[in-house]
Amino acid sequence: MNMLYTALSSLSSHWRYRPGQLAMLAIGLALATALWSGVQAINAEARAAYDRAAATLGQDQLTRLEGADGRPIPLATFLALREAGYLVSPVISGELRDAEGRLRVLGIDPLTAPAAAQGPALDGAVDLAAFFTNPGLLLMTEATANGPLPADLPPSVLSENVPPAAAITDISTAARLLGQNDPSYLLAAPVQPFGLPPLSEATDLRIRAPDTANDIARLTDSFHLNLTAFGLLSFGVGLFIVHAAIGLAFEQRRASVRTLRALGTPLRTVLLALGIELAVIAFIAGLIGIALGYLIAAALMPGVAGTLRGLYGAEIEGVLRFNPTWALSALVITWLGAAVAAVQAMVRTAQMPLLAPALPRAWAQASGRTIRLQALAALALFALAVALAFFGQGLIAAFTCLAALLIGAAFILPALMTAALNILPTRGAFSSWVLADTRQQIPGLSLALMALLLALSANIGVSTMVGSFRSTFIGWLDQRLASELYVTAADPTEAAALIAAIEPDVDAILPIVSADQRLFGRAAQVFGVIDHPTYREAWPLLSQSPDPWDALATGNAVFINEQLARRENLSPGDVLPLAGGLPIAGVYSDYGNPNGQAIVSLNRFSETYPDTQFFRFAIRIDPSEAPALATRLREEFNLPTEAVTNQAQVKAFSIDVFDQTFRVTGALNILTLGVAGIALLTSLLTLANLRLPQLAPLWAIGTSRATLARVELARALGLALLTFLFALPVGLALAWILLALVNVEAFGWRLPMQLFPSDWARLFALALIAAGLAALGPALRLARIPPARLTQIFAQER
Amino acid sequence: MEDTLLDLQDIRKSYDATPVLAGVSVRLLAGETLALTGESGSGKSTLLHLAGGLDQPDSGQVVLNGRDIGQMDDAARAEARRLHIGLIFQQFNLVPSLTVAANIALQARLADRHDAAFCEHLAERLGLSDLTGRYPEQLSGGQQQRVAIARAVASRPALILADEPTGNLDEETGDTVLSLLLDLVSSTSAGLLMVTHSTRLAGRLSRRIHLSRGALEQG
Repeated sequence: MNMLYTALSSLSSHWRYRPGQLAMLAIGLALATALWSGVQAINAEARAAYDRAAATLGQDQLTRLEGADGRPIPLATFLALREAGYLVSPVISGELRDAEGRLRVLGIDPLTAPAAAQGPALDGAVDLAAFFTNPGLLLMTEATANGPLPADLPPSVLSENVPPAAAITDISTAARLLGQNDPSYLLAAPVQPFGLPPLSEATDLRIRAPDTANDIARLTDSFHLNLTAFGLLSFGVGLFIVHAAIGLAFEQRRASVRTLRALGTPLRTVLLALGIELAVIAFIAGLIGIALGYLIAAALMPGVAGTLRGLYGAEIEGVLRFNPTWALSALVITWLGAAVAAVQAMVRTAQMPLLAPALPRAWAQASGRTIRLQALAALALFALAVALAFFGQGLIAAFTCLAALLIGAAFILPALMTAALNILPTRGAFSSWVLADTRQQIPGLSLALMALLLALSANIGVSTMVGSFRSTFIGWLDQRLASELYVTAADPTEAAALIAAIEPDVDAILPIVSADQRLFGRAAQVFGVIDHPTYREAWPLLSQSPDPWDALATGNAVFINEQLARRENLSPGDVLPLAGGLPIAGVYSDYGNPNGQAIVSLNRFSETYPDTQFFRFAIRIDPSEAPALATRLREEFNLPTEAVTNQAQVKAFSIDVFDQTFRVTGALNILTLGVAGIALLTSLLTLANLRLPQLAPLWAIGTSRATLARVELARALGLALLTFLFALPVGLALAWILLALVNVEAFGWRLPMQLFPSDWARLFALALIAAGLAALGPALRLARIPPARLTQIFAQER
Repeated sequence: MEDTLLDLQDIRKSYDATPVLAGVSVRLLAGETLALTGESGSGKSTLLHLAGGLDQPDSGQVVLNGRDIGQMDDAARAEARRLHIGLIFQQFNLVPSLTVAANIALQARLADRHDAAFCEHLAERLGLSDLTGRYPEQLSGGQQQRVAIARAVASRPALILADEPTGNLDEETGDTVLSLLLDLVSSTSAGLLMVTHSTRLAGRLSRRIHLSRGALEQG
């Protein structure tokens, strides 16, 4: 035990002697942990919020009965259903908003609500007398209670099982607060009393099945998947720092390890001491990483919440809860990462012969073979990536393809760097030395450069994907929201009256009709459209047969969405089993919709679905006149606000929200690049000490310290440039995999890839800044190194 | 035979089929100081490494205190070094991140024989008392070698093996360091086997043998 303690304290004295190096190792581990666990915390919090929201009112589990126009349901209708014996329960839902804040109020009737929808009201923790009587009680989460709320609310009670930014209360309290006596919708119990006719026969109310409101939830999966991918890449980049720091520390301690062994310390004691030391450092760094991850997640959470709320309609709080399970798993990940990063160094230590000469740069000399082996492994990985890209199926194959590309690119980097330096022309002895010296440094810097490559590639790949997503999303909004106003009438009679009143003042009125239809055994929707330039000009078709719109207008052709086409392997020319079989004339993009969809002409639609009522329509009008028309419709016909939608505002809001997504992605981009910069700094700092024996002779024969320092700085920038040049194609390939493979496998639709050279230019500048900052410290130290330290090299050179 | 501390018998060693030692036999008595001289490449250091259990011979026996350490496994040889042998290298081989005091005490601690008073006494005798808080890179070559000598002696080993201990030092410093080493060896009754190029320094030891092309010549 005494021997182990002595060996451990002797080896760990290295870190006390070089606290900067210890800091680098700890920072690497902490950042890797922080970025990974931060993203995991965000995802876990968001998913927990979705689950809470779903669990509260059984929104995803219960059938809803809604007014056809979205207006409240007359109380008499509800009472009639109850009297007939149907198990339905009223909900009054609405938003309270004033200058001080906003709150979504859900008024339920706990006595009639199905068990899945009672929420926390009847869980025994609430004073029922206060809940049911004036002024009532509002159940809300602590975060909601502490957030900005409207004035003059009833007393609140804290409850965790309430959706964010919402309060649950008794229906009578909600009615009073919202000034609405009729239910907003009815919840139907999953099992209705035996012997009653189906609800669809008993009421004209629109029946919304439990899973039809989930289109947009699928989009949040895409968002979380992107975050997870980023977290994983950041963790990988962080591990490169750890690998570099541990590897170089082991190299620096070769002589000490050999001395310890020469003095009689068994190898297993040395390895055990190194293992214990690493575990302790990883534990402390892991704790720091967890704290950092929590801070990162907490800082990003409001942006993520805003994005999810605005873009996807998913309510989550902008507040993070601390979860011990999350913290513990992050700690385990740190240990595993440290262990993986340390394996090579441990094996090298175990295999190190006792009598090997002292070679501080031994890894560099042994590296030629390693570089060749890595290059061969890279080629094999690239072959695997190509095979998976073209022949692989499923999400796992897509992610394996992505991993093979990135690991292969990292592996081949040193070989490419060496090759690039070999073909660079040289002028004069000094530049020849600079190039030769740079080649010699590549093995020592390769891990850091690989980390930089991964960070840059990830940045290019993810920003290309997000940028493509953004512009596609805008295009999709244009396509779907081409008309200036959308109107939902209460019934066909009102719709006809509205159209008659405004028709003289607008450019066009486009009816919107749809019907649920099972296609290939799965739920789908069929829309009917009139032949109008709005569609011909705005509807982007991914593939089409000749004159698709003319074919559609005749009623003898159909368009289908991309999801349906991919799922059933359909393309233009194939026949869709609809209305006796219609040839497919076009396939259109339909991002975010998990279900199949088809479009036919309005005439064909009316023939196929004669019972479908028409009460929605779109209006084409000069955009500047749209707000006035919306106001007129609301005032003249007493339409509720949500019955008339001004799509220009929705678009602007959506794009603004999307840009918020970019801010989250951008923050992660910068953090990952920062991690890579620290990896570079770690390697440069460590190499700086080891390189003095190579630099001292140059100084002795007349090269100033300042010149040597400038060369060091220029070299780091040059290597960053080469790394960026290689990262560009890798990043684009990564983007292609994300867009063409991962997205298609995960969501059923493919985003067109677009290029954003201005992003690359910004990233290139950032890479240079990161490399420059990393090299600045070691370069300044070299420029200021006392001559005595250099002369000492000659006195002590081994 | 009772006085024999180290008995190297017909030692043969080759590296990559190149013979380095061709049947060398050497005996060192307890308390004896023996100089091993020879030109570069004659196999002096190899013989010293074999004597210290740092390497194993192709054939022959390395008997230390009656036990053949040449046939022991790695862990047993490590134990023999830790408990019975003090090593002094030409390159000093101090641990750069440990202070002078910690370096002196290192092997004694590993052997569980640390005696703080003895370490202080050694530091004082070697003129290191004022330097115990410093790190090796803050010392001159002569000071570093004195630390290495103190480390080798501090665990009170039966055998001290020194590989060109003055090779990196100027003549005057080398003389001083050797005097200190011989004094300490004498006071602890240890045996000393020292490799040196210098016939002048070799003359200060009680006996001298000369290696040439892997074989012993009587000096």
